[in-house]
Amino acid sequence: MRNLIALIAGGVFGAGLYVSMMANPEKVLAFLDLAGAWDPSLLLVMGAGVIVAGIGFALSRRMDRAISGETFSTPMNTAIDRRLMAGAALFGIGWGMTGYCPGPGFAALVVNPTEAVGYLAAMLLGMVAFSWLPARRD
Amino acid sequence: MIDFDAFTPWLALVGGSLIGMAASLLWLGTGRIAGISGIAGAMIGKSGERQAWQALFLLGLVGGSLLAHLASGGLFEPRAGYSWWLLLPGAFLVGFGTRLGSGCTSGHGVCGIARLSLRGLTATVTFMVAAIITVFLVRHVF
Repeated sequence: MRNLIALIAGGVFGAGLYVSMMANPEKVLAFLDLAGAWDPSLLLVMGAGVIVAGIGFALSRRMDRAISGETFSTPMNTAIDRRLMAGAALFGIGWGMTGYCPGPGFAALVVNPTEAVGYLAAMLLGMVAFSWLPARRD
Repeated sequence: MIDFDAFTPWLALVGGSLIGMAASLLWLGTGRIAGISGIAGAMIGKSGERQAWQALFLLGLVGGSLLAHLASGGLFEPRAGYSWWLLLPGAFLVGFGTRLGSGCTSGHGVCGIARLSLRGLTATVTFMVAAIITVFLVRHVF
């Protein structure tokens, strides 16, 4: 049940990334380039995404468990700390350098396999590098 | 200066709604957050973290993109000639940064804000500002 739902959700997500053109790095960069010819499309993408997802999250508050029977994996960490800020900043820099964030990196495999493979490989390398850091004592 | 020729409001709204629907489906259906950096990160994580549903989600993602590509006849051309000196180190930073910050545009941006998480909103504002500054430097300064 969980696996089937994940597969379908992934499919809808990927279709959304393509249709919204978040999978098109030039469109993303045109949105981030405030000083250039500004394309506000991504503002609507995020706006619609947040509102629709918001409905889903609100509905779940009336539920004990997810449809699969599992408990909700509610994120417990609410800290706004240096790790969060530093991580977000580094991610933002990388996003600005490439025009791809993780999801679009996968979605772009069907349009631009050369760039997507290079991007995903380097991204995974970055993730592995992070995992090599000694564990923090929080 | 708004580029009205490039602006695609209807595709943006439809695509964004699909993304939101997918996040809702994953949450209501399985109780999990549709944060791609976390889902992808689990693939290279310890064997305990790696589960079938994550691989299936990513598989579905590529499949959904492919279906949309075929059904639409191609909405955009692949980018050509982009500098690998930007693409590869930038991607490395995305991988490292999303692990450090525990999220990306889908995890913090869509799901975080949809859940009314201050942590998600803060992260989103931070990476948006960082990305905007970076693009300004790359395109207009260097």
